[in-house]
Amino acid sequence: MKKSIADLARIRQEALKNIQLRDQNEASCRIVVGMGTCGISAGARPCLTAIVDEVHKRGLTNVQIVQTGCVGMCRLEPMFDVYLGNEKVTYVDMTPEKSRQVVVEHVVNKRVIHEYTIGAVENK
Amino acid sequence: MQFYRAHVLICGGTGCTSSKSVEIKAEMEKELKALGIDNEVQVVMTGCFGLCEAGPIMIVYPEGTFYSHIKISDVKRIASEHLLKGRVVKDLLYYEAIQQDKIKSVNDVDFYAKQKRIALANCGLIDPENIDEYIALDGYQALVKVLTQMKPEDVIEEVKISGLRGRGGAGFPTGLKWQFAANYEDDMKYVCCNADEGDPGAFMDRSILEGTPHSLLEAMTIAGYATNAKKGYIYVRAEYPIAVKRLEIAIKQAKEYGLLGESIFDTNFSFDIEIRLGAGAFVCGEETALIESIEGKRGMPRTKPPFPAEKGIWGKPTLINNVETFANIPAIILKGGEWFSKIGTEDSKGTKVFALGGKITNTGLVEIPMGTTLREVIYDIGGGCPNGKKFKAVQTGGPSGGCLTSEHLDTPIGYDNLVKLGSMMGSGGMIVMDEDNCMVDIARYFLDFTCDESCGKCTPCREGTKRLKELLDKICTGKGSLEDLDRLEALAYYIQDNSLCNLGQSAPNPVISTLVHFRDEYLAHVIDKKCPTGVCKDLLHYTITDKCIGCGSCSKVCPQGCIEPVGKVINEKTNRRAYVIDSSKCIKCGACMDACPPKVSAIIRQ
Ligand SMILES: Cc1cc2nc3c(=O)[nH]c(=O)nc-3n(C[C@H](O)[C@H](O)[C@H](O)COP(=O)(O)O)c2cc1C
Ligand code: SF4
Ligand code: SF4
Ligand code: FES
Ligand code: FES
Repeated sequence: MKKSIADLARIRQEALKNIQLRDQNEASCRIVVGMGTCGISAGARPCLTAIVDEVHKRGLTNVQIVQTGCVGMCRLEPMFDVYLGNEKVTYVDMTPEKSRQVVVEHVVNKRVIHEYTIGAVENK
Repeated sequence: MQFYRAHVLICGGTGCTSSKSVEIKAEMEKELKALGIDNEVQVVMTGCFGLCEAGPIMIVYPEGTFYSHIKISDVKRIASEHLLKGRVVKDLLYYEAIQQDKIKSVNDVDFYAKQKRIALANCGLIDPENIDEYIALDGYQALVKVLTQMKPEDVIEEVKISGLRGRGGAGFPTGLKWQFAANYEDDMKYVCCNADEGDPGAFMDRSILEGTPHSLLEAMTIAGYATNAKKGYIYVRAEYPIAVKRLEIAIKQAKEYGLLGESIFDTNFSFDIEIRLGAGAFVCGEETALIESIEGKRGMPRTKPPFPAEKGIWGKPTLINNVETFANIPAIILKGGEWFSKIGTEDSKGTKVFALGGKITNTGLVEIPMGTTLREVIYDIGGGCPNGKKFKAVQTGGPSGGCLTSEHLDTPIGYDNLVKLGSMMGSGGMIVMDEDNCMVDIARYFLDFTCDESCGKCTPCREGTKRLKELLDKICTGKGSLEDLDRLEALAYYIQDNSLCNLGQSAPNPVISTLVHFRDEYLAHVIDKKCPTGVCKDLLHYTITDKCIGCGSCSKVCPQGCIEPVGKVINEKTNRRAYVIDSSKCIKCGACMDACPPKVSAIIRQ
């Protein structure tokens, strides 16, 4: 179908969301999900899927989602780190639902959900 | 639209495809499906990354992990380790991407970090068969700008301001050429893209066609608007099947989107593009021969003037530019000629893509700002000569360029600088030679090519290159004399001055430049009858010295059976004799030298 200039702009917007992942300078936030054997058996995959889905739904193009291996705290899995600005926050004992909350609260609204962080859980 | 958390980019350029990247992609898709993550990881086939020698290449985003030399059997590990569990498979990384256990992303690897990519910007980053990915990276925005905000003369002005010069060989100012084409009025005019790419070793045009074909379509359409042409031809050699296929797909997609065809964006501007396949003769890259070939005639150059801008295809005004020249146009329109003109040197603006080859560690395609020195390209990006060999010369400009020496390494690369030194930019071939290369032999090699490719229309080129080659043959086989050197030189200049097209005019360049810079090697061949590097076999002699202990190892390996124990007696009691080579039968294979025990080393090569 023939495209107008406005159509072209729309296609650009849509396609850019996907392709921005390949831009090494773009990402301002990184979410690193522990995907060691322990993490996967503790349910890290559904969490990862939930994060991916939430990030996409909100059209967050500057978020990098990557996985990492076992970090040696298997009992606290599933866990992931959020790197925003110069700060790293570790969330532990996650569920898909909690993961979505972190994306909304921490990544979008820039408010750390303290009760899910490693500090809070460890001190319980 | 589906959202993916990771992208796997697999090179689909000619180099990697020939080492099974298509099968690797299929395997990756199969593995991802088996792991149940095929809906979160996107697999994309891109154009050439430029480091073909390290291919097949695979880049995993968002990390930018750079895998090289991938085999089908490696795919499973990348899928289950990296893409499922996030563990980089270290032993598959490109060697420079991992140092002291620190992993560098593709952009930080020296080979890429030192480049500046304008023409190649999209290559290896997008799926060339997906117009939307091109559009995502501002594709066709330059066309929008031109058709909605600029008059044809504004477009030409912008190109003039940019200072862009032709990347196909001659380096003619592009804006001026567009101006000429625009000035001639006629009922029909053409825009033509020269994608013949005849230089052996050069493949930047192919990479652009394979990696970002829409850039070319967009640029040609812009050129059509600027010069008031209605029709474009892309003349591409039939030996580039992947490029041709991607171009066909791109043209089809652009037509569907209405970016080619009638009334583009509902303006009164219409433009169409057709592909013409060339049979791959070097001379068909010469613009007037190319025009003959498009018209269905035998590809032979015409006399100029009239230049194509006045009388080109079917006698109509025709703008003809090289692929890489065109590939710079969208960026120039979007970012402004001013921006482009700030990159590079006084007489050479912007960047240039070079095909690094020969005795260099990182062979491949690099795009660097003009003004970068040869040293930076050869050492910092290219990694220098492999195996600790000493650099000897670099040949720029393809088969008709000249050889430069280590004295010239600090020359900033630019059109005029290279010509001043007796070479040229050409289409960007850069072949490095080390201490093992014989410069006379190199000159002969290039002459062999141009002699074969001469179209035969004019005698100085047709006969002259043949005679040049005969002279070089004579010198390389030890039959040359000092007078032959004079003949060589005189003939070279004669051909330069009296040929019709630039093939003939530049064919003697390798001879002239090596005569100037490496005269001592020629003298060694004609006076001492020796080839200092040992390349010219006819000048080599294997002899057994009196260190020989009579072990007979050499005699056993000699394929000619020409080593016999007929020398002087070395052991009175056993009557053992030293071995001697019958040089009339020796084929100079060197096997005896390898066979002689290292602690004896009785055989010498001179
Ligand atoms: C023998 C010979 C071969 C050439 N081969 C090519 C070629 O393969 N590709 C190319 O773009 N230009 C080639 N040229 C240069 C073209 O004649 C012409 O200058 C060029 O296409 C103009 O485009 P540009 O101004 O964008 O460089 C060749 C010239 C000669 C004399
Ligand atoms: S110079 Fe050589 S290639 Fe060119 S027209 Fe003459 S014979 Fe043909
Ligand atoms: S160089 Fe080869 S052919 Fe000549 S003597 Fe040695 S082994 Fe025989
Ligand atoms: S073809 Fe794959 S890197 Fe060039
Ligand atoms: S045979 Fe003479 S030293 Fe090897």
